[in-house]
Amino acid sequence: MPDNILVMQSITKLYPGVKALDNVNLEVQRGEIHALVGENGAGKSTLMNVLSGTIPFGEYEGKILFNGSECQFKRIHDSEKLGIVIIHQELALIPELSIGENMFLGNERNGKLGIDWNETYSQATKHLEEVGLKDKATTLIKDIGTGKQQLVEIAKALSKNVKLLILDEPTSSLNEEDSKMLLDMLLQFKKQGMTSIIISHKLSEVAYVADRITVLRDGATIETIDNEDRTIDEDRIIKGMVGRELTNRFPAREHKVSEEIGLEVKNWVVHHPIYTEKQVVNGVSFHVHKGEIVGFSGLQGAGRTELAMSLFGKSYGSGISGREYLNGKEVHLKTEEDAIEHGLAYVTEDRKTNGLVLIDTIAKNTTMARLKKVCDKHGVIDVGMENHVAEKYVKVMNIKTPTVQQLVGNLSGGNQQKVLLSKWMFADPDVLILDEPTRGIDVGAKYEIYCIMNDMVAQGKSVVMISSELPELLGMCDRIYVMNEGSLVAEMSRDEATQEKIMGAILHSDKKGISEEQKEA
Amino acid sequence: MTKASSIIKKYTMTIALVVVFIFFTVLTNGRLVYAQNISNLLLQNAYVLVMACGMLLCILTGGNVDLSVGATLCLVGAVAAQLMDQNSMGALPTILIAMLIAAVIGIWQGFWIGYIHIPPFIATLAGMFLFRGLGRVVLASKTVNIQNEAFLNTFISYIDVPGMDTKSFHVSALIVGVAVAVLLTVLMLSGRAKKVKKNYAADSLVTTLVKVIIIDALIIAYCWKLANYKGIPVMLLWILLVVLIFAFITMKTAFGRYFYAVGGNEKAAKLSGIDPRRVYFWAYFLMSVLAGFSGLLVAARIGSVDGNMGNSYEMDAIAACFIGGASAYGGSGTVSGIMIGAILLGVMNQGMSIYGLPDEWQYVVKGAVLLAAVIFDVVSNHKVGKQ
Repeated sequence: MPDNILVMQSITKLYPGVKALDNVNLEVQRGEIHALVGENGAGKSTLMNVLSGTIPFGEYEGKILFNGSECQFKRIHDSEKLGIVIIHQELALIPELSIGENMFLGNERNGKLGIDWNETYSQATKHLEEVGLKDKATTLIKDIGTGKQQLVEIAKALSKNVKLLILDEPTSSLNEEDSKMLLDMLLQFKKQGMTSIIISHKLSEVAYVADRITVLRDGATIETIDNEDRTIDEDRIIKGMVGRELTNRFPAREHKVSEEIGLEVKNWVVHHPIYTEKQVVNGVSFHVHKGEIVGFSGLQGAGRTELAMSLFGKSYGSGISGREYLNGKEVHLKTEEDAIEHGLAYVTEDRKTNGLVLIDTIAKNTTMARLKKVCDKHGVIDVGMENHVAEKYVKVMNIKTPTVQQLVGNLSGGNQQKVLLSKWMFADPDVLILDEPTRGIDVGAKYEIYCIMNDMVAQGKSVVMISSELPELLGMCDRIYVMNEGSLVAEMSRDEATQEKIMGAILHSDKKGISEEQKEA
Repeated sequence: MTKASSIIKKYTMTIALVVVFIFFTVLTNGRLVYAQNISNLLLQNAYVLVMACGMLLCILTGGNVDLSVGATLCLVGAVAAQLMDQNSMGALPTILIAMLIAAVIGIWQGFWIGYIHIPPFIATLAGMFLFRGLGRVVLASKTVNIQNEAFLNTFISYIDVPGMDTKSFHVSALIVGVAVAVLLTVLMLSGRAKKVKKNYAADSLVTTLVKVIIIDALIIAYCWKLANYKGIPVMLLWILLVVLIFAFITMKTAFGRYFYAVGGNEKAAKLSGIDPRRVYFWAYFLMSVLAGFSGLLVAARIGSVDGNMGNSYEMDAIAACFIGGASAYGGSGTVSGIMIGAILLGVMNQGMSIYGLPDEWQYVVKGAVLLAAVIFDVVSNHKVGKQ
């Protein structure tokens, strides 16, 4: 008889018209790391919302047993009292407050008169040590990176005396190195007896960290796979998620790279927009042929996004210098509008903040980057034509929506990403820079986006792909550039490149030295 | 059931307007629908209708408002009154110079807000003091009367066709009403036919017909009332001109679409090649121009200008927008919606005045209605977002 810390029995949750969860069962053993996987919309988040009390007792059917006794959580506070803490994908930290203040937000250490700050900061420091964060507890959240913010969230959970830690896509905004660190920390906590549930799209991480894996599909439990010995094959998990064998994770493509060059950059230098003396990109030169997909690899903060955005009409940085050529002609792009006019597109890594107008329709988002194409010469929009165009892209991109009048905010992550791509396809660029084009979307949608990329290069466009997922760079690109701390440190062809070589290139260039052990990652 | 509730949701404010209208008609024993009162309804609220169009643009950019419009209205009105009084200038050059000053004010406001990134609330608060003060300087703290006939006729006369219209009944108003109704019917039906032909989504024929009939009936009824009073007021034409231009801009042009994009997600708009600075500039520029124009309308209607003219008018324009469904967070709102909001405010104002509700209670009622409208907006949108 396994020692279950948590049992969820026959959980069913209905939304008007949709069965989000259909008789779902989940058993989590004490002291294990349990992974929850499934495509977007499979019901993972809904299930966790039921568990945490975000969906209160009474609005779902079924039973939750924690430590053997039945629980009826009416709000998050109820589940937290028992030590169930959930860390959401979008971090809930307040940028202008310090680490310590954030950690005890809503749970303040009170003294005789108001908050006891000495107690707050000494406890915060204790928990920060546990997660291996060396920053002071008085540091403001806005002054530390996303990776460290994730650690603060975990420290915050520890301060709540956590028994069951739930992490929803904890590594989606982290680079490989930080992700590895976080996963190793979970394994460390496991040794100390903590139980965790991790929701993730990154199957390599799931395979690395999880003892058991539960697969959800269309709101139902499909199976729970054992991974005690860490030998599971990723394809085995995918089979459960999509319900079929996905033999090729990357669609085949004829590599027909033209001799002509689509984008060329020489000696590109960018300074930080606020700390103008700080150089973010140090004299980078590269080129992309027509019909070629070129990857940019590197750690977070390597300067890839900064390079891309500064090339796109100086939308990032200050003191930019260097030469930029499109289709062989030198261009001086001063604004984003200039860049679009010259056939350059930058598809942001952050679709919600920088990419889409969530309160507008699919149709309006689709035409946004080149509204003129559906206007007459006086700038009057032909709404009929606009809808027509949007409908075309919905069909081509296989966007799941009843109509193009649907608000983009109501779509799933994968479908939002497809609308974002539609928008830039409609702008009809010659060169596309895709920044993390598959972040936070499921396997099926990833495959479709790879197909779209292949279509683009088949049309003779040039594609630059910035990604933190090495397998996808290796699977998709003709050539890969490696960046570290603002400089290009290596260039590899498709045949040369391996994960080890790329990581090696990053680490060798880094004189400050990351230890040899981590290099193995 | 879902269809009925979605119709109710879509036309909430229209339904509210009908209910409030009937309520005050009953409460005032029908005095609200006297020809004179119907005719005055829009004229008395001309400044709200006109300025709400500009305020909508400001609100679209992100829930920002322009607090300076009441003061701008006063300053422009003051300049016009003084030019005609002191310098005995003609109507046309006076109007041109007044509008030029409104444009300069717009450039001033738009520049600071758009290009120097002064928060709109602060920039326009400063403008409110500045222009109010300047207005009083121009007036030398006196009330200046307007006697220029040509100026007054441009804004407050009524259309009177000799030989056709009589003192008791202005046939011209009715003819125009019927003509507009016919034209609208043709336009709406042909528009629908075009959509159907190209396979675009369109309303069903019945829905279109019902809409056409209701709107036509309202237009003809309104014109009937006008015909029974003094005919078509020129000011009504000015209001219609402004409203139609702004409805066209916001619905049909790329320029108008940019306001929604910037308000919906400024960063995404910028990365799509839309310059937010330009959008902010135009919002506040056009707002000031409309405030200036309202200054002329109000000055003509009152017949004089004093240093308190336009006090708290900005709040009426802002209230009309929010009652009319513009989002307090920016990015959504329509001209037709805010017109309903403005007329709703107007009906309440007039209804309460005719009924004789004391001023202090009028404020209480207006405040309650504004709050209720915004609560409704926030709550109903929240529900949609959750599903």
